[in-house]
Amino acid sequence: MVDTGLPIRVVLAKLGLDGHDRGLKVVARMLRDAGMEVVYLGLRQTTDNIVAAVEQEDADVVGISMHNAGHLTLGPLIVKALGEAGLAVPVVIGGIVPDADLPELEAAGVAAVLGPGASVEEVVTTVRSAAGRDGST
Amino acid sequence: MEAPEPGAGSSAVAELAGASRSGDRRATARLLSLVERGGDPADEVASATQAHVGEAHVVGITGAPGSGKSTITNSLTTLLAEAGRRPAVLAVDPSSPLTGGAILGDRVRMSGASEAGVFIRSMATRGHAGGLALAVPGAVRVLDAAGFDPVVVETVGVGQVEVDVTAAADTTVVVVAPGWGDAVQANKAGLLEVADLFVVNKADRPGATDARRNLDLMLDLSTAITRPGTGRPSITMTTATEGDGIGELAAAVAGHLDLLCEGGELGQRREKRRIAEVRAHLEHLLAGAADEALTTEGLQPVQASESPMMAARRLARKLLG
Repeated sequence: MVDTGLPIRVVLAKLGLDGHDRGLKVVARMLRDAGMEVVYLGLRQTTDNIVAAVEQEDADVVGISMHNAGHLTLGPLIVKALGEAGLAVPVVIGGIVPDADLPELEAAGVAAVLGPGASVEEVVTTVRSAAGRDGST
Repeated sequence: MEAPEPGAGSSAVAELAGASRSGDRRATARLLSLVERGGDPADEVASATQAHVGEAHVVGITGAPGSGKSTITNSLTTLLAEAGRRPAVLAVDPSSPLTGGAILGDRVRMSGASEAGVFIRSMATRGHAGGLALAVPGAVRVLDAAGFDPVVVETVGVGQVEVDVTAAADTTVVVVAPGWGDAVQANKAGLLEVADLFVVNKADRPGATDARRNLDLMLDLSTAITRPGTGRPSITMTTATEGDGIGELAAAVAGHLDLLCEGGELGQRREKRRIAEVRAHLEHLLAGAADEALTTEGLQPVQASESPMMAARRLARKLLG
Protein backbone atom coordinates (compact mmCIF):
# COMPACT_ATOMS: atom_id res chain seq x y z
CA MET A 1 0.00 0.00 0.00
CA VAL A 2 1.37 3.41 -0.91
CA ASP A 3 1.22 6.00 1.86
CA THR A 4 -0.50 8.72 -0.09
CA GLY A 5 -2.27 10.18 2.92
CA LEU A 6 -4.19 9.43 6.04
CA PRO A 7 -7.71 8.14 6.38
CA ILE A 8 -10.16 10.72 7.71
CA ARG A 9 -10.14 10.52 11.51
CA VAL A 10 -13.45 11.11 13.26
CA VAL A 11 -14.05 11.39 17.00
CA LEU A 12 -17.55 10.14 17.91
CA ALA A 13 -19.10 10.77 21.29
CA LYS A 14 -22.22 11.36 23.26
CA LEU A 15 -22.09 14.39 25.49
CA GLY A 16 -23.63 14.45 28.96
CA LEU A 17 -26.24 12.10 30.33
CA ASP A 18 -28.02 11.03 27.14
CA GLY A 19 -27.81 7.23 27.12
CA HIS A 20 -29.06 6.39 23.63
CA ASP A 21 -25.95 5.14 21.87
CA ARG A 22 -27.35 2.76 19.25
CA GLY A 23 -27.33 5.49 16.61
CA LEU A 24 -23.74 6.39 17.39
CA LYS A 25 -22.69 2.75 17.03
CA VAL A 26 -24.44 2.49 13.68
CA VAL A 27 -22.77 5.67 12.42
CA ALA A 28 -19.37 4.43 13.67
CA ARG A 29 -19.82 1.31 11.58
CA MET A 30 -20.92 3.32 8.50
CA LEU A 31 -17.82 5.51 8.69
CA ARG A 32 -15.54 2.56 9.31
CA ASP A 33 -16.96 0.80 6.26
CA ALA A 34 -16.29 3.97 4.26
CA GLY A 35 -12.60 3.60 5.16
CA MET A 36 -12.43 6.17 7.96
CA GLU A 37 -10.76 5.77 11.34
CA VAL A 38 -13.32 6.30 14.05
CA VAL A 39 -12.10 7.17 17.53
CA TYR A 40 -15.08 6.00 19.54
CA LEU A 41 -15.54 7.65 22.93
CA GLY A 42 -19.05 6.41 23.64
CA LEU A 43 -21.39 7.52 26.37
CA ARG A 44 -21.34 10.22 29.05
CA GLN A 45 -18.43 12.27 27.81
CA THR A 46 -17.57 15.70 29.14
CA THR A 47 -16.60 18.59 26.86
CA ASP A 48 -13.09 18.46 28.38
CA ASN A 49 -12.76 14.81 27.46
CA ILE A 50 -13.96 15.39 23.91
CA VAL A 51 -11.65 18.37 23.41
CA ALA A 52 -8.70 16.35 24.75
CA ALA A 53 -9.54 13.47 22.40
CA VAL A 54 -9.90 15.75 19.36
CA GLU A 55 -6.54 17.34 20.14
CA GLN A 56 -4.59 14.16 20.92
CA GLU A 57 -6.09 12.15 18.07
CA ASP A 58 -5.48 14.92 15.51
CA ALA A 59 -9.09 14.44 14.42
CA ASP A 60 -10.49 15.87 11.19
CA VAL A 61 -14.12 15.90 12.35
CA VAL A 62 -15.99 15.44 15.62
CA GLY A 63 -19.44 13.84 15.59
CA ILE A 64 -21.75 14.32 18.57
CA SER A 65 -24.94 12.31 18.90
CA MET A 66 -27.91 13.83 20.72
CA HIS A 67 -31.30 12.33 21.37
CA ASN A 68 -32.47 14.17 24.45
CA ALA A 69 -33.19 17.64 23.10
CA GLY A 70 -29.97 19.00 24.55
CA HIS A 71 -28.58 20.08 21.19
CA LEU A 72 -29.26 23.81 21.53
CA THR A 73 -27.26 23.87 24.75
CA LEU A 74 -24.63 21.24 24.11
CA GLY A 75 -24.02 21.86 20.38
CA PRO A 76 -22.83 25.45 20.84
CA LEU A 77 -21.03 24.41 24.04
CA ILE A 78 -18.78 21.90 22.27
CA VAL A 79 -18.11 24.27 19.35
CA LYS A 80 -17.11 26.94 21.84
CA ALA A 81 -14.93 24.57 23.88
CA LEU A 82 -13.07 23.43 20.77
CA GLY A 83 -12.61 27.04 19.66
CA GLU A 84 -11.22 28.03 23.06
CA ALA A 85 -8.73 25.18 22.79
CA GLY A 86 -7.63 26.55 19.42
CA LEU A 87 -8.99 23.55 17.53
CA ALA A 88 -10.63 24.42 14.22
CA VAL A 89 -12.29 21.03 13.89
CA PRO A 90 -15.79 20.89 12.39
CA VAL A 91 -18.62 19.57 14.58
CA VAL A 92 -21.34 17.38 13.05
CA ILE A 93 -24.41 16.70 15.16
CA GLY A 94 -26.46 13.57 14.66
CA GLY A 95 -29.77 12.69 16.25
CA ILE A 96 -33.17 14.21 16.83
CA VAL A 97 -32.99 17.88 15.87
CA PRO A 98 -36.15 19.76 14.79
CA ASP A 99 -35.75 21.73 11.54
CA ALA A 100 -36.63 24.90 13.41
CA ASP A 101 -33.42 24.59 15.44
CA LEU A 102 -31.12 24.25 12.44
CA PRO A 103 -30.47 27.99 11.85
CA GLU A 104 -29.51 28.48 15.50
CA LEU A 105 -27.05 25.58 15.38
CA GLU A 106 -25.61 26.82 12.11
CA ALA A 107 -25.17 30.29 13.60
CA ALA A 108 -23.39 28.71 16.56
CA GLY A 109 -20.84 27.16 14.19
CA VAL A 110 -22.13 23.58 13.91
CA ALA A 111 -20.93 22.31 10.53
CA ALA A 112 -23.80 19.94 9.73
CA VAL A 113 -26.75 18.11 11.26
CA LEU A 114 -27.77 14.55 10.37
CA GLY A 115 -31.29 13.38 11.25
CA PRO A 116 -32.67 9.90 11.89
CA GLY A 117 -33.52 9.29 8.23
CA ALA A 118 -30.04 10.00 6.90
CA SER A 119 -28.77 7.35 4.48
CA VAL A 120 -25.33 5.80 4.66
CA GLU A 121 -24.31 7.85 1.65
CA GLU A 122 -25.58 11.05 3.24
CA VAL A 123 -23.72 10.37 6.49
CA VAL A 124 -20.46 9.55 4.72
CA THR A 125 -20.70 12.47 2.28
CA THR A 126 -21.51 14.92 5.06
CA VAL A 127 -18.53 13.81 7.16
CA ARG A 128 -16.18 13.87 4.16
CA SER A 129 -17.31 17.30 3.18
CA ALA A 130 -17.03 18.59 6.78
CA ALA A 131 -13.46 17.26 6.76
CA GLY A 132 -12.82 19.13 3.52
CA ARG A 133 -11.98 15.81 1.89
CA ASP A 134 -14.76 15.38 -0.68
CA GLY A 135 -14.17 12.38 -2.85
CA SER A 136 -11.65 10.67 -0.59
CA THR A 137 -11.69 8.29 2.33
CA MET B 1 0.04 26.40 15.44
CA GLU B 2 -0.23 25.84 11.71
CA ALA B 3 0.26 22.23 10.74
CA PRO B 4 2.83 21.71 8.06
CA GLU B 5 1.57 19.83 5.07
CA PRO B 6 3.54 16.81 3.94
CA GLY B 7 6.68 17.91 2.21
CA ALA B 8 6.51 21.31 3.89
CA GLY B 9 10.12 20.77 4.86
CA SER B 10 12.11 19.86 7.88
CA SER B 11 12.04 23.34 9.44
CA ALA B 12 8.29 23.16 9.97
CA VAL B 13 8.68 19.70 11.47
CA ALA B 14 11.53 20.91 13.69
CA GLU B 15 9.27 23.71 14.89
CA LEU B 16 6.56 21.18 15.75
CA ALA B 17 9.10 19.01 17.56
CA GLY B 18 10.23 22.01 19.63
CA ALA B 19 6.64 22.88 20.53
CA SER B 20 5.94 19.25 21.37
CA ARG B 21 8.91 19.17 23.74
CA SER B 22 7.68 22.24 25.54
CA GLY B 23 4.31 20.62 26.18
CA ASP B 24 2.16 21.62 23.17
CA ARG B 25 -0.06 18.55 22.88
CA ARG B 26 -1.45 19.56 19.55
CA ALA B 27 2.06 19.65 18.12
CA THR B 28 2.67 16.18 19.55
CA ALA B 29 -0.55 14.95 17.91
CA ARG B 30 0.51 16.42 14.54
CA LEU B 31 3.89 14.73 14.76
CA LEU B 32 2.16 11.42 15.45
CA SER B 33 0.03 11.89 12.32
CA LEU B 34 3.14 12.56 10.25
CA VAL B 35 4.76 9.40 11.61
CA GLU B 36 1.63 7.43 10.68
CA ARG B 37 1.69 8.91 7.21
CA GLY B 38 5.13 7.38 6.61
CA GLY B 39 7.59 8.35 3.89
CA ASP B 40 9.48 11.65 3.92
CA PRO B 41 7.39 13.36 6.64
CA ALA B 42 8.04 10.43 8.99
CA ASP B 43 11.76 10.61 8.23
CA GLU B 44 11.75 14.32 9.06
CA VAL B 45 10.03 13.64 12.37
CA ALA B 46 12.58 10.93 13.16
CA SER B 47 15.46 13.37 12.55
CA ALA B 48 13.82 16.13 14.55
CA THR B 49 13.19 13.95 17.59
CA GLN B 50 16.18 11.60 17.67
CA ALA B 51 18.29 13.76 19.97
CA HIS B 52 15.71 13.51 22.72
CA VAL B 53 14.72 9.86 22.82
CA GLY B 54 15.66 7.05 25.19
CA GLU B 55 14.38 8.56 28.42
CA ALA B 56 10.95 6.92 28.58
CA HIS B 57 10.24 3.48 29.94
CA VAL B 58 8.24 1.77 27.18
CA VAL B 59 5.68 -0.66 28.60
CA GLY B 60 3.76 -3.02 26.32
CA ILE B 61 0.40 -4.36 27.44
CA THR B 62 -0.93 -7.31 25.49
CA GLY B 63 -3.43 -10.12 25.85
CA ALA B 64 -6.57 -11.66 24.40
CA PRO B 65 -9.57 -9.53 23.35
CA GLY B 66 -11.65 -8.69 26.39
CA SER B 67 -8.98 -9.60 28.94
CA GLY B 68 -8.93 -6.03 30.25
CA LYS B 69 -5.94 -4.40 28.56
CA SER B 70 -7.63 -1.01 28.14
CA THR B 71 -9.05 -0.97 31.66
CA ILE B 72 -5.66 -1.90 33.13
CA THR B 73 -3.98 0.76 30.97
CA ASN B 74 -6.54 3.28 32.21
CA SER B 75 -6.09 2.40 35.90
CA LEU B 76 -2.30 2.15 35.69
CA THR B 77 -1.74 5.44 33.86
CA THR B 78 -4.28 7.25 36.05
CA LEU B 79 -2.39 6.08 39.13
CA LEU B 80 0.95 7.17 37.66
CA ALA B 81 -0.41 10.57 36.59
CA GLU B 82 -1.81 11.16 40.06
CA ALA B 83 1.62 10.28 41.46
CA GLY B 84 3.15 13.08 39.39
CA ARG B 85 4.44 11.10 36.41
CA ARG B 86 3.63 12.05 32.79
CA PRO B 87 2.37 8.85 31.18
CA ALA B 88 1.21 8.57 27.59
CA VAL B 89 -0.71 5.77 25.92
CA LEU B 90 -0.61 4.42 22.38
CA ALA B 91 -3.68 2.25 21.95
CA VAL B 92 -3.70 0.07 18.85
CA ASP B 93 -6.84 -1.41 17.29
CA PRO B 94 -7.23 -3.31 14.01
CA SER B 95 -8.00 -1.78 10.63
CA SER B 96 -10.55 -3.53 8.43
CA PRO B 97 -8.73 -5.57 5.79
CA LEU B 98 -11.59 -4.82 3.39
CA THR B 99 -12.02 -1.05 3.64
CA GLY B 100 -9.00 0.14 5.61
CA GLY B 101 -11.38 1.78 8.08
CA ALA B 102 -11.22 1.16 11.80
CA ILE B 103 -13.17 1.64 14.97
CA LEU B 104 -10.67 2.66 17.63
CA GLY B 105 -12.52 1.93 20.85
CA ASP B 106 -9.87 1.89 23.55
CA ARG B 107 -10.71 5.39 24.77
CA VAL B 108 -14.13 4.15 25.87
CA ARG B 109 -12.41 2.64 28.92
CA MET B 110 -9.97 5.51 29.41
CA SER B 111 -12.08 8.44 30.56
CA GLY B 112 -10.37 8.36 33.95
CA ALA B 113 -6.90 8.58 32.44
CA SER B 114 -8.04 11.31 30.07
CA GLU B 115 -9.36 13.33 33.00
CA ALA B 116 -6.09 12.76 34.87
CA GLY B 117 -4.25 14.40 31.96
CA VAL B 118 -2.81 11.28 30.35
CA PHE B 119 -2.00 11.78 26.66
CA ILE B 120 -3.81 9.02 24.74
CA ARG B 121 -3.44 8.32 21.04
CA SER B 122 -5.42 5.65 19.20
CA MET B 123 -3.72 3.98 16.26
CA ALA B 124 -5.09 1.65 13.61
CA THR B 125 -2.92 -1.25 12.44
CA ARG B 126 -3.33 -0.12 8.81
CA GLY B 127 -2.72 -3.55 7.39
CA HIS B 128 0.14 -4.56 9.67
CA ALA B 129 -0.16 -7.97 11.35
CA GLY B 130 1.48 -8.96 14.61
CA GLY B 131 -0.57 -6.90 17.04
CA LEU B 132 0.82 -3.43 16.40
CA ALA B 133 0.93 -0.79 13.66
CA LEU B 134 4.11 -0.35 11.65
CA ALA B 135 4.33 3.23 12.90
CA VAL B 136 4.32 2.30 16.61
CA PRO B 137 8.08 2.52 17.25
CA GLY B 138 8.23 5.93 15.54
CA ALA B 139 5.21 7.10 17.51
CA VAL B 140 6.80 5.90 20.76
CA ARG B 141 9.85 8.05 19.95
CA VAL B 142 7.66 11.11 19.40
CA LEU B 143 6.04 10.63 22.83
CA ASP B 144 9.42 9.89 24.43
CA ALA B 145 10.94 13.05 22.95
CA ALA B 146 7.92 15.04 24.13
CA GLY B 147 8.87 14.09 27.70
CA PHE B 148 6.20 11.49 28.40
CA ASP B 149 7.28 8.67 30.72
CA PRO B 150 6.27 5.91 30.77
CA VAL B 151 4.90 5.32 27.29
CA VAL B 152 2.34 2.52 27.49
CA VAL B 153 1.66 0.64 24.26
CA GLU B 154 -1.58 -1.33 24.27
CA THR B 155 -1.75 -3.92 21.49
CA VAL B 156 -4.80 -5.14 19.62
CA GLY B 157 -6.46 -8.11 21.24
CA VAL B 158 -4.11 -10.93 20.33
CA GLY B 159 -4.28 -14.70 20.12
CA GLN B 160 -1.21 -16.83 20.51
CA VAL B 161 1.48 -15.67 18.14
CA GLU B 162 1.21 -11.90 17.79
CA VAL B 163 4.29 -10.95 19.74
CA ASP B 164 5.41 -7.77 17.96
CA VAL B 165 5.02 -5.88 21.20
CA THR B 166 8.21 -7.42 22.57
CA ALA B 167 10.04 -5.73 19.74
CA ALA B 168 8.55 -2.36 20.69
CA ALA B 169 8.65 -2.33 24.51
CA ASP B 170 11.21 -2.46 27.31
CA THR B 171 8.76 -4.34 29.53
CA THR B 172 6.03 -6.61 28.20
CA VAL B 173 2.97 -7.23 30.37
CA VAL B 174 0.73 -10.13 29.33
CA VAL B 175 -2.84 -9.95 30.63
CA VAL B 176 -4.98 -13.03 31.05
CA ALA B 177 -8.49 -13.37 32.46
CA PRO B 178 -10.08 -16.30 34.30
CA GLY B 179 -11.14 -19.02 31.89
CA TRP B 180 -8.50 -18.18 29.31
CA GLY B 181 -7.29 -21.76 29.15
CA ASP B 182 -5.86 -24.68 31.02
CA ALA B 183 -2.32 -25.87 31.63
CA VAL B 184 -2.04 -27.26 28.10
CA GLN B 185 -2.83 -23.86 26.60
CA ALA B 186 -0.26 -22.42 28.95
CA ASN B 187 2.39 -24.77 27.67
CA LYS B 188 1.85 -23.94 24.02
CA ALA B 189 4.41 -21.69 22.45
CA GLY B 190 3.79 -18.03 21.75
CA LEU B 191 2.42 -15.12 23.70
CA LEU B 192 3.06 -16.53 27.15
CA GLU B 193 6.74 -16.97 26.37
CA VAL B 194 7.31 -13.28 25.84
CA ALA B 195 5.95 -11.98 29.14
CA ASP B 196 8.17 -10.04 31.50
CA LEU B 197 5.21 -9.70 33.85
CA PHE B 198 1.88 -11.48 34.04
CA VAL B 199 -1.42 -10.01 35.14
CA VAL B 200 -4.43 -12.13 36.00
CA ASN B 201 -7.20 -9.58 35.61
CA LYS B 202 -10.84 -9.93 36.72
CA ALA B 203 -9.43 -11.49 39.88
CA ASP B 204 -12.83 -11.11 41.54
CA ARG B 205 -14.29 -13.70 39.17
CA PRO B 206 -14.42 -17.46 39.66
CA GLY B 207 -11.42 -19.24 38.19
CA ALA B 208 -8.92 -16.48 38.93
CA THR B 209 -6.83 -18.61 41.28
CA ASP B 210 -6.93 -21.47 38.75
CA ALA B 211 -5.59 -19.09 36.11
CA ARG B 212 -2.81 -18.09 38.43
CA ARG B 213 -2.00 -21.69 39.27
CA ASN B 214 -1.80 -22.62 35.57
CA LEU B 215 0.61 -19.78 34.93
CA ASP B 216 2.71 -20.76 37.93
CA LEU B 217 2.80 -24.36 36.75
CA MET B 218 3.94 -23.26 33.33
CA LEU B 219 6.67 -21.10 34.83
CA ASP B 220 7.76 -23.95 37.12
CA LEU B 221 8.17 -26.28 34.15
CA SER B 222 10.11 -23.98 31.95
CA THR B 223 13.53 -22.50 31.98
CA ALA B 224 13.35 -21.12 28.45
CA ILE B 225 10.62 -18.57 29.05
CA THR B 226 12.51 -16.62 31.65
CA ARG B 227 13.70 -13.71 29.58
CA PRO B 228 17.37 -12.80 29.93
CA GLY B 229 18.48 -10.61 32.78
CA THR B 230 15.26 -10.21 34.68
CA GLY B 231 14.41 -13.56 36.24
CA ARG B 232 11.07 -15.28 36.58
CA PRO B 233 8.09 -13.17 35.54
CA SER B 234 5.93 -12.15 38.49
CA ILE B 235 2.16 -12.63 38.47
CA THR B 236 -0.05 -9.79 39.69
CA MET B 237 -3.74 -10.28 40.44
CA THR B 238 -5.87 -7.27 39.48
CA THR B 239 -9.48 -6.18 39.31
CA ALA B 240 -8.80 -3.25 37.04
CA THR B 241 -12.36 -1.88 37.08
CA GLU B 242 -11.98 -1.34 40.85
CA GLY B 243 -8.30 -0.40 40.75
CA ASP B 244 -7.46 -3.45 42.89
CA GLY B 245 -3.91 -4.65 42.40
CA ILE B 246 -2.93 -1.72 40.17
CA GLY B 247 -0.51 -0.35 42.77
CA GLU B 248 1.22 -3.75 42.85
CA LEU B 249 1.33 -3.78 39.06
CA ALA B 250 2.89 -0.30 38.98
CA ALA B 251 5.52 -1.53 41.45
CA ALA B 252 6.18 -4.65 39.37
CA VAL B 253 6.58 -2.55 36.21
CA ALA B 254 8.99 -0.17 37.94
CA GLY B 255 10.85 -3.11 39.48
CA HIS B 256 11.29 -4.67 36.08
CA LEU B 257 12.85 -1.49 34.74
CA ASP B 258 15.29 -1.49 37.67
CA LEU B 259 16.29 -5.07 36.84
CA LEU B 260 16.77 -4.14 33.18
CA CYS B 261 19.00 -1.23 34.13
CA GLU B 262 21.05 -3.14 36.73
CA GLY B 263 21.84 -6.04 34.44
CA GLY B 264 22.67 -3.90 31.41
CA GLU B 265 19.81 -5.66 29.61
CA LEU B 266 18.00 -2.43 28.75
CA GLY B 267 20.60 -1.34 26.22
CA GLN B 268 20.65 -4.77 24.61
CA ARG B 269 16.89 -4.90 24.30
CA ARG B 270 16.81 -1.47 22.73
CA GLU B 271 19.52 -2.43 20.26
CA LYS B 272 17.49 -5.50 19.26
CA ARG B 273 14.44 -3.28 18.92
CA ARG B 274 16.18 -1.06 16.39
CA ILE B 275 17.03 -4.08 14.29
CA ALA B 276 13.47 -5.42 14.57
CA GLU B 277 12.14 -2.05 13.44
CA VAL B 278 14.44 -1.96 10.42
CA ARG B 279 13.32 -5.47 9.60
CA ALA B 280 9.63 -4.55 9.85
CA HIS B 281 10.10 -1.61 7.47
CA LEU B 282 12.14 -3.77 5.12
CA GLU B 283 9.38 -6.38 5.05
CA HIS B 284 6.84 -3.66 4.35
CA LEU B 285 8.87 -2.37 1.40
CA LEU B 286 9.43 -5.86 0.03
CA ALA B 287 5.72 -6.67 0.39
CA GLY B 288 4.93 -3.52 -1.57
CA ALA B 289 7.37 -4.54 -4.28
CA ALA B 290 5.81 -8.01 -4.36
CA ASP B 291 2.33 -6.55 -4.82
CA GLU B 292 3.62 -4.40 -7.64
CA ALA B 293 5.34 -7.34 -9.33
CA LEU B 294 2.16 -9.39 -9.18
CA THR B 295 0.16 -6.52 -10.63
CA THR B 296 2.55 -5.98 -13.55
CA GLU B 297 2.54 -9.72 -14.26
CA GLY B 298 -1.18 -9.41 -14.88
CA LEU B 299 -3.83 -11.89 -13.83
CA GLN B 300 -1.73 -14.99 -14.45
CA PRO B 301 1.53 -14.58 -12.58
CA VAL B 302 1.72 -18.38 -12.34
CA GLN B 303 2.57 -19.97 -15.67
CA ALA B 304 0.98 -23.29 -16.56
CA SER B 305 4.19 -25.24 -16.09
CA GLU B 306 4.98 -23.76 -12.67
CA SER B 307 3.99 -24.50 -9.12
CA PRO B 308 3.09 -21.41 -7.05
CA MET B 309 6.36 -21.84 -5.18
CA MET B 310 8.31 -21.89 -8.44
CA ALA B 311 6.49 -18.77 -9.63
CA ALA B 312 7.33 -17.04 -6.36
CA ARG B 313 11.02 -17.90 -6.77
CA ARG B 314 11.01 -16.63 -10.34
CA LEU B 315 9.41 -13.35 -9.28
CA ALA B 316 11.77 -13.01 -6.32
CA ARG B 317 14.79 -13.44 -8.59
CA LYS B 318 13.42 -10.75 -10.85
CA LEU B 319 12.68 -8.40 -7.92
CA LEU B 320 15.95 -8.83 -6.11
CA GLY B 321 18.08 -8.71 -9.24
